[in-house]
Amino acid sequence: MRIELTVNGTRREADDVWEGESLLYALRERLGLPGSKNACEQGECGSCTVYLDGTPVCACLVAAGQAQGREVTTVEGLAGEELDPVQQAFVEKGAVQCGFCTPGFLMSTKDLLERNPEPTDPEIREALAGNLCRCTGYEKILDAVRAAAVAKR
Amino acid sequence: MTSTETRTAGRLGDSPLRPDGTLKVTGEFAYSSDLWHDDMVWGVTLRSPHPHARIRSIDVTEALRVPGVSAVLTAADVPGENAVGLEHLDTPALADGVVRYQGEPVALVAADHPETARRAAKRIVVDYEVLPAVTDPRRALDADAPLVHASREDNLVRAMKIRRGDPAPTAPVVVALDFEVGMQDQAFLGPESGLAVPDGEGGVDLFVATQWLHVDQGQVCRVLGLPPEQVRLTLAGVGGAFGGREDLSMHVHACLLALHTGKPVKMSYARDESFFGHVHRHPAWLRYEFGASEEGELIYAKADILFDGGAYASSTGAVVGNGGTLGLGPYRIPSVHVDARGVYTNNPPCGAMRGFGCVQAAFAHEALMDELADRVGVDRVEIRARNGMVEGDLNITGQVIDSAAPVAELIRTVRDLPLPPEPEGERDIRELPGGASNTTHGEGVVRGIGYAVTYKNVGFSEGFDDYSTARVRLEAVAGEPVATVHTAAAEVGQGLITIEQQICRTELGVDQVVVHPKDTSVGSGGSTSASRQTYVTGGAVKAACEAVRTSVLRRAAALLQRSDLRLDGDKIVAESGEVVAGLVEVLDEPVEETVEWRHRPTFPIDPETGQGNAHVQYAFSAHRAVVDVDTELGLVKVVALDTAQDVGRALNPDAVVGQIQGGSAQGMGLALMEEIVVQDGHVKNPSFTDYLIPTILDMPPMQVKVLEYADPHAPYGVRGVGEPPTISSGPAVAAAVRAATGKALRRVPIRPEHITF
Repeated sequence: MRIELTVNGTRREADDVWEGESLLYALRERLGLPGSKNACEQGECGSCTVYLDGTPVCACLVAAGQAQGREVTTVEGLAGEELDPVQQAFVEKGAVQCGFCTPGFLMSTKDLLERNPEPTDPEIREALAGNLCRCTGYEKILDAVRAAAVAKR
Repeated sequence: MTSTETRTAGRLGDSPLRPDGTLKVTGEFAYSSDLWHDDMVWGVTLRSPHPHARIRSIDVTEALRVPGVSAVLTAADVPGENAVGLEHLDTPALADGVVRYQGEPVALVAADHPETARRAAKRIVVDYEVLPAVTDPRRALDADAPLVHASREDNLVRAMKIRRGDPAPTAPVVVALDFEVGMQDQAFLGPESGLAVPDGEGGVDLFVATQWLHVDQGQVCRVLGLPPEQVRLTLAGVGGAFGGREDLSMHVHACLLALHTGKPVKMSYARDESFFGHVHRHPAWLRYEFGASEEGELIYAKADILFDGGAYASSTGAVVGNGGTLGLGPYRIPSVHVDARGVYTNNPPCGAMRGFGCVQAAFAHEALMDELADRVGVDRVEIRARNGMVEGDLNITGQVIDSAAPVAELIRTVRDLPLPPEPEGERDIRELPGGASNTTHGEGVVRGIGYAVTYKNVGFSEGFDDYSTARVRLEAVAGEPVATVHTAAAEVGQGLITIEQQICRTELGVDQVVVHPKDTSVGSGGSTSASRQTYVTGGAVKAACEAVRTSVLRRAAALLQRSDLRLDGDKIVAESGEVVAGLVEVLDEPVEETVEWRHRPTFPIDPETGQGNAHVQYAFSAHRAVVDVDTELGLVKVVALDTAQDVGRALNPDAVVGQIQGGSAQGMGLALMEEIVVQDGHVKNPSFTDYLIPTILDMPPMQVKVLEYADPHAPYGVRGVGEPPTISSGPAVAAAVRAATGKALRRVPIRPEHITF
């Protein structure tokens, strides 16, 4: 089948999409956007988090066909001329080691700060509980989220 | 891929930003599963459903008929020697006549879509004759145990003995215990993946996530029957490793399919396959006995340690070596009797994971140290301080500890760090065991505190020729001096590329340092494991920079006709302090030097006594854990996990702390939640739904205290950092749960039913 959708503000289409393909596969393998990550492909790790019409979802759990006609934002769409404050904070605070979880954390963090510009630590932890990181022990991720909250004010 | 250029200042002791950080936050960093090539096809693996079976026949006819399939390969298609392995060549690239564990690769399919390949793989008909399996490692050495490898006399991979001091020691106080450690998974987030591209001339380029390019290259060459010139490896972006990428996964398979089809082949495991696609941490059964004086001073220690190696040896021999030589912990013990063994079974193969043989042992020796403390009435911190090694002591293999061994200081330091406030009043349920599940508002919740201390060898041991190679090039680009550092040492997230830049900036006084992509066109960097890269590849980069500096000054001396020159930043300076030239003025031709660098040699231990200088360096750490336990439901919330570690010298303080925090989380995971459940040789939980790793809700705040007692034998005084936190954190958490519940808890991970029943 053919799918048409808007990704990071640009109208995109893909042909010969198999009905069983996920949005994650379509983004990574058909649209040249591998920034959303394939750590578990079963909705447990959050590394593929994207916004579907503004709502964070695991792209691995969304069928590519479900994105037909909708708007998708991926990690590749976060930065403009400069890095988004959330991206900048993750780099500066050492929240990135291997970085495989990072795109998902960035998307979840940006969503959190838009809903709640001054989150407490328990609120940060609750909001990011669906994103797994194996390298950092999360301390520097917390540092980054706190710093991003300050920077965005 | 990590070719990066930066002007960021950042010498040794600074914490400059990672050169790959921006690429990683914008989604542009190319991990091994992101690779793509025109005309590429997808490879998938068919794996054994049985822990032990004879393959009577394989029929690929129906698979080949599936439209879109370009190849179906089995062991019959292996052109070279069908054998790989880190220590023993005991592992077929594709099963040949027999499968020895559930998940063993049997056949490969290439097709134009991964789903097509998966469906075709299901059409391969393998006729198995199921064989009796060895699934209890405690029975693996019985005379009537089936042989995992028919060519061997028994199922023993390695047995190690350590005998020291009084052969029949006695003591007024004797404590003993049995301990069991479950199978942990590295659970790196980036799945096994890569891209093999045939060169059209019979060779292949492989882009892959790994921990040691050159040891992979040798194994791939053997199976393909090709020389190294025709099998070139380049490091793709690595999504974590933790030991799980020391062995091959899809490397050979992708190359076989690429050479067979003539097309680029991409392979990328899904998470369930990843649980079968790499080795795990060895489960272990440990029996320990301490004899001590009435004051709690150790007189003797005995240990019997059994590691389940699974179906193939991987690095089981070295894990046994570590468990044996380091398995009694960082204590001064006059008389020692240790037996450590690793065995073959038909369980999943086990090998390297962060902490490598020390993690399992630390749970036992630290639980027993608490037992001894309580028996003799000495504080649990003080008993460790009292028995802890100090510089100049002999360890249990008779090796002199010839640099700092601050055991007492580390354990007292964590004790003295501020404790979290005592719970009072109404509490945020997110901070309680069970969290937002709303299972308690504090009733039935008890707090406990636990301590642990450990040590770990740094670098490869027991006489291994452990070296790294660095090539450093210095040249003028647009009027500025630029250094390029080229090593094959794998960057897996730990930050080696940042350290390489810092060393070049410091040694050569340049701001711009380009990190060349990691590949096999330069000599081996050795493994990114054993906490060794900053030490060994750092040492190689330092030595290469020194060689470059010598060449530059020799050239300057010839040019300027004087011999009293030195490099100061990007200036060439005379003895008087006078600047006689800018660095770029002598760089009309680039200067390039390649150096192979070795640390002090280590030696095999005596096979009868276990005595010898087996290790090059030791790294020490201590943890204090504070937990709240819901004793009615058996749920645990770790409230604080604080640590102190001697890092010798922190070349990049922020990265050091990051390693310590991340390593601590993995140790905590093993104590409370992480286990691959294997029943009768079958893995029951190959998913992140059922194999749990700590989330941000599970992790507590951590206070990290870094000590810097420089090791005079190591470059810049560094001490390996990555592994110790994974070793001492888990035992501290387990001790805290014991303290809260009063339960013996002789198995990890501790499950709710261990607490409630």
